Amino acid sequence: MSLLDYFKLSKTSSASLAKERLQILVAHERVSTDQPSYLPQLQKELLEVIQKYVNVDKDAISVSFEQNDHQETLELNITLPEDQTKRF
Amino acid sequence: MARIIVVTSGKGGVGKTTTSAAIAMGLAKKGHKTAVIDFDVGLRNLDLIMGCERRVVYDFINVINGEASLNQALIKDKNCNMLYILAASQTRDKDALSQEGVGKVLEELSKDFKYIVCDSPAGIERGAHLAMYFADDAFVVTNPEVSSVRDSDRMLGILSSKSRRAEENKEPIKEYLLLTRYSPERVKLGEMLSVEDVQEILSLHLLGVIPESKSVLNASNSGIPVILDEKSDAGQAYADIVARYLGENKPHRFIDDKKGFFGKLFGGK
Repeated sequence: MSLLDYFKLSKTSSASLAKERLQILVAHERVSTDQPSYLPQLQKELLEVIQKYVNVDKDAISVSFEQNDHQETLELNITLPEDQTKRF
Repeated sequence: MARIIVVTSGKGGVGKTTTSAAIAMGLAKKGHKTAVIDFDVGLRNLDLIMGCERRVVYDFINVINGEASLNQALIKDKNCNMLYILAASQTRDKDALSQEGVGKVLEELSKDFKYIVCDSPAGIERGAHLAMYFADDAFVVTNPEVSSVRDSDRMLGILSSKSRRAEENKEPIKEYLLLTRYSPERVKLGEMLSVEDVQEILSLHLLGVIPESKSVLNASNSGIPVILDEKSDAGQAYADIVARYLGENKPHRFIDDKKGFFGKLFGGK
């Protein structure tokens, strides 16, 4: 380390690193603990039903749950395959 | 009716028992009849911190099971006649606590006491759950350190969803942040999360900051709550916290690095 580096104050401090990591983690964990516990099972069963009719893979379906002050929204997103011939 | 305060954190070793002892003593010294209860069944330590370990005859579980009356189990503090301690059982396990039993004991205490301080065990299991279930206020004890902040956030989620107030759709538990083991010097050097950082992450009302202090170990060594060490920084910090909780207007202290150049040269802690 050169003498100049020693005077540089812009070096990322470990505290700011801790803050950044925590902010990401806490935001993520709050979402996953707020959602209802039936969500993973719902997602699995929906996928099974859809797969009976359309050839979609596991990643093609996403279920998300959002909660505002007055309403809860369950959002279901299914991406259908582009190639029509793949359907059966 | 008593006000029930839970001292909680999720993570262990952050200062829950030290805080419970100090806060309970502080409230009692202000003239409010206060009971402090150890919920850490199997690993009790509040008795040791309060210096009454040799006077425990009956404990919390004895009262729940009807083997002793509340009056037999409550230990009057040797320093303050407004303070009573209810020790946890050391021989039973945490399953000995039942929600119904805890509720009954708290209800009985409520008739006679102004404040009931519940010292929660670490973790999120039965003891911790029951310590916070009946609470009106929660003191969330946090160290400026990643794992403690994360666990506190988890505890906040539990406080807002799994408490009696939440289940009965009442006004939610009032949550307060107590930042312990704070070192302004290390914050200044960028080595420790600052008060503002922790508040920003947890969005909690700050009740006070307890500086890292030698007096805390000295107090626990001798079994005297640190708040009685009125000369110490930690003791004063806890006294401020009690005053703020009771509605007094006390500016925050121990947040900034006050040591000057010479202090740093000669005053190493």
